[in-house]
Amino acid sequence: MSNIIDLTLVDLVEKIKKKVLSSKEITKAYIERADKSKKLNTYITEDFKNALKKADNFDNSPDFDKKLPGIPIAVKDLFCTKNLKTTAGSKILENFIPTYESTVTDNIWNEGGILLGKLNCDEFAMGSSNETSFFGNVQSPVGEKLVPGGSSGGSASALAAKLTPATIGTDTGGSIRQPASFTGIVGLKPTYGSCSRYGIVAFASSLDQAGPMTQDVKDCALLFSIISSYDNKDSTSIDYKREDYLKKLNKSIKGKKIGIPKEYRVDGMSKEIEDLWQKGINIAKEAGAEIVDVSLPNTNYALPTYYIVAPAEASSNLARYDGVKYGFRSKGKNLIDMYEKTRSEGFGNEVKRRIMIGTYVLSSGYYDAYYLKAQKVRRLIKNDFDDVYKKVDAILTPSTPSSAFKIGEKTNDPVSMYLNDIFTVPINLAGLPAISIPAGHDQKGYPLGLQIIGKAFDEQNILNIAYFLEEEINFKNKINDWWI
Amino acid sequence: MSKKQSDYTIKRNQNEYEVVIGLEVHAQILSDSKLFSSSPTKFGAEPNTQVSLVDAAFPGMLPVINEFCIKQAVKTGVGLKAKINKRSIFDRKNYFYADLPQGYQISQYKDPIVGEGSVILDLTSGEKTIGIERLHLEQDAGKSIHDIDPKNTLVDLNRSGVALMEIVSKPDLRSPDEVNAYIKKLRSIMRYLGTCDGNMQEGSLRADVNVSVRKKGEKKFGTRCEIKNVNSIKFMQMAIEYEANRQVDAIEEGESIDQETRLFDIKKNETRSMRSKEDAHDYRYFPDPDLLPLEISDDFINDIKKNIPELPDEKKKRFIEKFNLSAYEANILVSDIETSKYFEEVIKNSDVKLSTNWITGELFALLNDKNLEISKSPISAKNLSKLINLIKDGTISGKIAKSVFEIMSIEDKNPADIVKEKGLKQQSDPKELEKLIDKVINDNPDKVKEYKSGKEKLFGFFVGLAMKVSGGKANPQLINDILKNKLK
Amino acid sequence: MTIDLKTVKKISKLARISVDDEKAKKLESDLNSIFEFIEKLNRLDTSKSEPLTSVVDAKLQLRKDEIKSQNIRDQILKNSPDENKDFFVVPKVVE
Repeated sequence: MSNIIDLTLVDLVEKIKKKVLSSKEITKAYIERADKSKKLNTYITEDFKNALKKADNFDNSPDFDKKLPGIPIAVKDLFCTKNLKTTAGSKILENFIPTYESTVTDNIWNEGGILLGKLNCDEFAMGSSNETSFFGNVQSPVGEKLVPGGSSGGSASALAAKLTPATIGTDTGGSIRQPASFTGIVGLKPTYGSCSRYGIVAFASSLDQAGPMTQDVKDCALLFSIISSYDNKDSTSIDYKREDYLKKLNKSIKGKKIGIPKEYRVDGMSKEIEDLWQKGINIAKEAGAEIVDVSLPNTNYALPTYYIVAPAEASSNLARYDGVKYGFRSKGKNLIDMYEKTRSEGFGNEVKRRIMIGTYVLSSGYYDAYYLKAQKVRRLIKNDFDDVYKKVDAILTPSTPSSAFKIGEKTNDPVSMYLNDIFTVPINLAGLPAISIPAGHDQKGYPLGLQIIGKAFDEQNILNIAYFLEEEINFKNKINDWWI
Repeated sequence: MSKKQSDYTIKRNQNEYEVVIGLEVHAQILSDSKLFSSSPTKFGAEPNTQVSLVDAAFPGMLPVINEFCIKQAVKTGVGLKAKINKRSIFDRKNYFYADLPQGYQISQYKDPIVGEGSVILDLTSGEKTIGIERLHLEQDAGKSIHDIDPKNTLVDLNRSGVALMEIVSKPDLRSPDEVNAYIKKLRSIMRYLGTCDGNMQEGSLRADVNVSVRKKGEKKFGTRCEIKNVNSIKFMQMAIEYEANRQVDAIEEGESIDQETRLFDIKKNETRSMRSKEDAHDYRYFPDPDLLPLEISDDFINDIKKNIPELPDEKKKRFIEKFNLSAYEANILVSDIETSKYFEEVIKNSDVKLSTNWITGELFALLNDKNLEISKSPISAKNLSKLINLIKDGTISGKIAKSVFEIMSIEDKNPADIVKEKGLKQQSDPKELEKLIDKVINDNPDKVKEYKSGKEKLFGFFVGLAMKVSGGKANPQLINDILKNKLK
Repeated sequence: MTIDLKTVKKISKLARISVDDEKAKKLESDLNSIFEFIEKLNRLDTSKSEPLTSVVDAKLQLRKDEIKSQNIRDQILKNSPDENKDFFVVPKVVE
C-alpha cells in the first residue's frame, strides 16, 4: 500500500469506510509530515493535539455515513474557528479567539472532518504571493525561495506538500486559482452565493467566495458538495438545489461548446503559457468539443475595476478592527490617537495601501469618478460574459500569465504584483465559477494551470470538463521534498 | 407649502428675521428584535446583555434584515401620506466612533424606503402642512458612557443595531411652537400606528434640528447649523431659540454663519460647535455589499394599507362631523391614541356632549393632578360611561355626580353602587318635592313677600335652600319648575 | 491625476491610520502608480451602463422578528483588550 499522505481525499474516505485505515493513523501521518515541514511556514496555528483527540473519538464511535469520516483537514486562517485562534494573517487579530464557527468549516466538521490547524495566508487575503502575512511568507514546495501564490498560499503549499489531504481557501480576485496554478493543484472558485460567507473574515464582500483546493478534480467535487450550502445567516447566499457533484461527475466533453476569449491573449504572454493553452484547446477539440472563438471586450478593464471595488469594500470591512472590541490595541492619548496607532501598527503595508485606495475612491468628490465608474464597468464586464454564454457552455483560459516567481521579486512593485490576477479577476467581478487545474510545467519545472470558467451555478459542468482534461493531461507534480 | 405664515420672528435693530427649521427625527421602531440581528431591543437591560456577535461586529458576521421593521417603516410611510418606494438600497455610512462597532452604520442614502409625504399641524392659528422629505431605515449605535469611570469611556452596545426610522422634514417649520406641534403630531401618528412608542425619556424619539435664519421676506435660505441629538421637545425649543438668536447676532455683527454640527448644552442653555465630529465628516456612503437591494411588492404594501387604523386627522374629521364636536374638542380627543380610545369607549353607551365635557374637564383634571397617562386612569371608561348615564337619566345631579366621581377616583366602582350605598339618588318624586318646597316657602314669608314685590333675584335663594334641605339630592329641574309654580 | 502628500495625509486621517512623513512619501508614490493604472478606466464610455452593486440575481431574504440571541456578554467581552466584565473600555472621549 502506498503512503497515507499520497492518497487522495476520495481514497482516504474509502479506506476509512473499509476500515483499512483509522482516523488516527491518517491524522498522525499528516501531523508527522507537518512536523518535518516547518520550513515552509504553512501553519499559523496548529491544533494537532485536539485533532488526535478527535481522531480517537471518531475511531471509538465511527460514523461511516459521513462524507468525510474522520478525515483531518487544515484550513486557511481566514475562516473563524470556534475556540481556535483566527488571525487572517494579521497582527491586528494576533490573539483573536472566535466563539463561533464559519458555516463553511462547520459543514466540513458536520461531515466528520477534523480540524488540523489554520494555514497561513496573505494578510486579510490581500496579496498574490503570501508575502503580506504578519506571520511570515510561505515557501512553495515546488522550489526553495519560490512563492506559493496568494492569498491562499499556505493552503496551496500545505496541500502540494501533502500536509493536508485537501483544504479550503477563499478567492476574491484569484486567491484560490492562482496559488493552485503555482503549486500544481486543483482549485475551485464557486459561483458567488454558493458558499456562505458567514464567519469568514471579510475582504471584499461582493467578491469573496470560499472554495475547495484539492489534489484532483474528484476530491474537488467531493469537497465542494460539502461546503456549498444555503445559509440564512448570509443575505447573499443563494437558495438553489445543490447536487452531489462527485456522484454526478463524468468525463463528458463531447459536443460541448468551449469559448476561447481572444482578449486573454495578452501582450507579452510567454510562449509556455500560449502552448499550454493550445494544448488544452487541442485536447478538447480532439475529444469532440466545439471550440468557439469569443470576445470579452472589457477584459482589459477588469483589473483597474477590481482595484477600485475591492479596496473600497475592504476599507469599510476593515473599519471594525479599531482596537475596541477584540484584537490588537495600541495605547493612545485619546480615542482617535488609539485608533490611529492601533491601525497603523496592527495592519501591514499592503493592507494599509488598499485601505487608503478604498478610502480615497469613496471619498467625497471622487466617488463618481472612481467607485461609481467601476460599478458601471463591472456591469459591462458581467454583460460580456452573459453575451458569450449565449454561445458557449464554458470558457477555457490560462489561470495565470506566468508561473511562480521568487520571494521578494515583486514586493516593491504593487502594480506588477496585481497583474498576476489578470485572468482570474474578471470571473470574481462577474460572480461566476471557475476551476484551475494543473496542466503542465514551464522550463524551470514550475507548474502551470488552465482555468475553466462556467455559467453561474454550473459548477458540475466545469468539474466535468476539468475531470476530462485532467485525465488527458495526466499532470504529475514534481515535488522533491527539498525542505525536508 | 404652508397655508399660514408664522409670526414668530427675531427683531434686531431695524431688521426682522424669520427662523427656518427642518427636523431629522430618529424614531425607534417598535419590534422585538433588532434590524439586522435577532437580539432583543428591550430598554433598560444590563449593559451588553442584548448584544449578538453581529451587533458587536465580530469578524465574518453578516446582517440579515428583519421583515417586521420593513413593515413598520412602510406603515409609517403610509401614515405620513408618503410615497412608498418599491425598491430601496442599504448603504454604509462610514465613520469611526467608540459606540459604532462596525465602523459604519447601515443606513439608506440615495434610495430610501419612503419618499415625500406630509404632516398636518393643528395650530391655534389653524392648520399648517409640513412636508416630509423622506423616511429611511437605519441601525442605531451603542451608547458611550463618560461619567462612570473618570479615566475611560465605557461602551454599552445594547442599543447597537436597534432599528430606527429617520424621518426628515422639509424646512417648513418656522417657530419653536411649530416644532412642538410637529413632534407631537408625528409621535401621535406613530403611536396610532404602533410603529414607535415615542418615548423621549428612553430615547425612542430624538431629533437633529437644522436651524437657519433669513431676513423676513427673503426667498433664499440662510446657512444652516445642525444641532445634534436633542431628546426633549423643551430642549429642542430652547436650542432653536438660542441658536436662532446666535445666528441673528452673528449676522448683525457682519459675521458669516459656518455650516456645522452643534451640540446643545442643557446646563448652560447654549449650543456649541462639535469639533470632534467635524474632521470625520466624509461619510463615504456606498451600497452595502452584504445586502441586496430591498424589493417590496404591491401586495406587501397593499396588505399594510388595508390594516392601517383610523389616524388622528381622519378621526378628528369624523368626530366633528358625526358628533358635532368643535375642532378644539376634537383635537384634544384625538391627539393621543389612548385618549381617543377612552373617549370612544365612553360614548359607546353615553351621551357624546356630556362625555366630552366630563373627559376634557373632570377626568383630565384628575389625571393631571395625579400625573397619570389616560391608559392608567383610576376610573375606567366603562364606569365613567355609567356615571354619565346616571346624570343623563336624572338619577343624580351633576353636582352629586362630582362627588361620586371623586369616590370613583379612589375606588373604581360601579357608580350606581356608590349612589345606592351612600343614598345619593336624586329626589325626583314631585309630591315629595312639593312638600319640601312648601316648607321652604312657609318658613320664609318675608322673602316670599319681597320676591313677589319684584325682587326676582331671590329665586336662586329658594332653589339653593330647597337643595340644601334635600341634602343636595333634589332634582334641580323639578325644584325649579315647582318653585316657579308656587311663587306665582 | 496625481495624489499629493497632503491628500495622503487627509486619507490616512479619514482611515484612522497614522502615517509618518517617510511612510507618507512611500504611500504617495505607490498610490500614484496604482492610480495611473486605474485611470485606464476613463478611456471607457460607461454612459449607458447601470452601476452593478451585486452580481446576485435574487431577492433580499427577510428574517422573522424573533429574538434568538441570548445574553452572551461573556463571549462578547472575552476578546476585549481591556478587562471589564460589563463594558468595552476606550480612552476617555470628550465631546
